[in-house]
Amino acid sequence: MKEVLILGEVKDASLDPRILELLGAGKKLTEASGDKLSVLLMGDRVEDVAEAAASYGPDSVYKIEHPLLERFNADLWLAALEQACAEIKPSILLMSHSFIGMELGPRLAYRLDSRLTTDCIDLTIDSEDGRLLGTKPVSGGNAICVFKCAGQTQMVTVRGNVFPPAESGNAGGAIASINVTIDKSMSRLESLEIVEEDTVALDKANVVISGGAGLGDEDGFEMLEELAEALGKSFGSVMVGCSRMAVDKGWMSSDHQIGLTGTIIAPDIYVAVGISGAIQHLVGMVHSKKIIAINTDPSCNIFKVADYGIVEDFEQVVPALIKRLEEVL
Amino acid sequence: MTELNIIICVKQIPDPEAPLSDVSIDAENLEVVVDAPQVISPFDENALEAAIQLKEELDGKVTVLSMGKKLSDSVLRKALAAGADELILLEDNGFEKLDSHSTATVLAAAIKKIGSFDLVLAGRQAGDWDSGQVGLILGEMLGLPCISLAREITVEDGSVIVKKTVPEGYERVKAKLPALITVSNEVGELRYISRTRMLKMMRGGDIPAWTAEEIGVSDDAIEKMNIASLTTPPDMTRDCQFLEGSPDQQAAALVDVFVSLR
Ligand SMILES: Cc1cc2nc3c(=O)[nH]c(=O)nc-3n(C[C@H](O)[C@H](O)[C@H](O)COP(=O)(O)OP(=O)(O)OC[C@H]3O[C@@H](n4cnc5c(N)ncnc54)[C@H](O)[C@@H]3O)c2cc1C
Repeated sequence: MKEVLILGEVKDASLDPRILELLGAGKKLTEASGDKLSVLLMGDRVEDVAEAAASYGPDSVYKIEHPLLERFNADLWLAALEQACAEIKPSILLMSHSFIGMELGPRLAYRLDSRLTTDCIDLTIDSEDGRLLGTKPVSGGNAICVFKCAGQTQMVTVRGNVFPPAESGNAGGAIASINVTIDKSMSRLESLEIVEEDTVALDKANVVISGGAGLGDEDGFEMLEELAEALGKSFGSVMVGCSRMAVDKGWMSSDHQIGLTGTIIAPDIYVAVGISGAIQHLVGMVHSKKIIAINTDPSCNIFKVADYGIVEDFEQVVPALIKRLEEVL
Repeated sequence: MTELNIIICVKQIPDPEAPLSDVSIDAENLEVVVDAPQVISPFDENALEAAIQLKEELDGKVTVLSMGKKLSDSVLRKALAAGADELILLEDNGFEKLDSHSTATVLAAAIKKIGSFDLVLAGRQAGDWDSGQVGLILGEMLGLPCISLAREITVEDGSVIVKKTVPEGYERVKAKLPALITVSNEVGELRYISRTRMLKMMRGGDIPAWTAEEIGVSDDAIEKMNIASLTTPPDMTRDCQFLEGSPDQQAAALVDVFVSLR
């Protein structure tokens, strides 16, 4: 029987919610085809997470436990994954379009002599030849392309927040261990340090105030922080985000970046200040419930996707806005 | 080690930041048609900036490689104007719509022809197909240590130390040269290039172009992307209500909007 394998990921000691989405996607594929669905987990100890994965009803869960796999190390994970794939021989391998998936996917595809489609938003099976079709936005999101997966192992990475997460199912699947041979010498990178930064969880915010190149300098973001604070009194979690330009210019750290290569969010209210609305930015926020844009250029793209627009210099309107909010809210 | 030999792979694409109105889809020929000038793909420009900074610091050479069916050396000469030393085009009728694996195959063949190098840099993903694979596959093909999502690169004593973005923040990793690095935008924008400098480069000498045959890539070593269909995305436009008046009036109107959304 053919097998659809999901590369599991662990977050805060439990199964990463993204993997539930992959399980949702995987179930959709295997319910139609009758193929087997399985999940692979790697780490130093993954028994608990393996059991959690099993409770969602895949046919089996594989675990690779090895002290060297404790932290993500691309070279070692890749070696382990390559060996696991040689044993399991999946016909389809689903990975999240996460840091791990983005880094392992292309390299594993090379090693398995397969081809990978990244950042998929839909997966279907070609009714004629039974091959996996991966739907992926291209050209920033200006077009939707369906790629046919080639190779013995058909590989995709899947965009987050697109597939509904799997519901818990028949926890009948067995948990099996896979042994791999890895050693330190396989890692060609030496990790000197990991610096934890205060990263913002923009996807948890109710309101996101985002700034772009139009802010002119870092001080503009201080003004946005003040605006966020003023709104915070009535809207709960209000956070400041930015466009890529603001990261390029060094005004904000990259965890604040919204868009194709940043975070994809859909808050209740998104306020874009001094952002032109390039497609790669839009794909990151266009599903927000209400979109407000402040920009000096009435013809810019951002107004095309906005519900409310103000054509004005932000330095004029944002302080007035803060003042007014403090009076009213 | 005295001098640093850097090879950087850049892709020429239609401006990915062109307004939506300039983009249309030719579903029959499976092409995204962008009515905008050709540019160097943005993340490749970031990588180019990183390469030039390293060269300025340590001395050495930056060689730019670009592959395509028909390339415009006037677009790519910008890399020379920015400070790269050599530009080599990989041009062939077959080098069109190649999949990531095949693109890496071509680049790897050219890099082998060049011979010696210390670093290979590439942007994290190209702005046309957004696939994000070529750099890492190339690293595998060349058997190099692979470092992705670099935001800062330093070289010392035959090793490279890279700050790479990870979910928690960043990780500093070290690898022996030669190595492959994919570069993210945090390294910073490509430097400003004056018009006079650009014009001077335009008049510069001939740019070498290597064909598939010259780098030993046979037809059956490369494949096109396997595209089943290409369509327009769902419409995302909304009816924008503009709030008019003085900044104070606009602010007041927007506060009313906020109140209604509370
Ligand atoms: C492969 C790829 C991936 C990308 N990923 C992302 C991504 O994840 N996120 C992202 O954001 N971008 C991304 N980009 C970049 C994107 O294409 C744009 O370059 C970027 O979003 C532009 O940022 P911006 O709107 O801040 O800057 P600009 O496009 O420069 O816009 C600045 C705006 O500010 C306005 N303005 C100027 N002064 C004022 C003022 N005083 N008051 C009010 N408004 C003012 C201007 O009218 C203009 O509209 C990506 C690009 C590529 C090719």
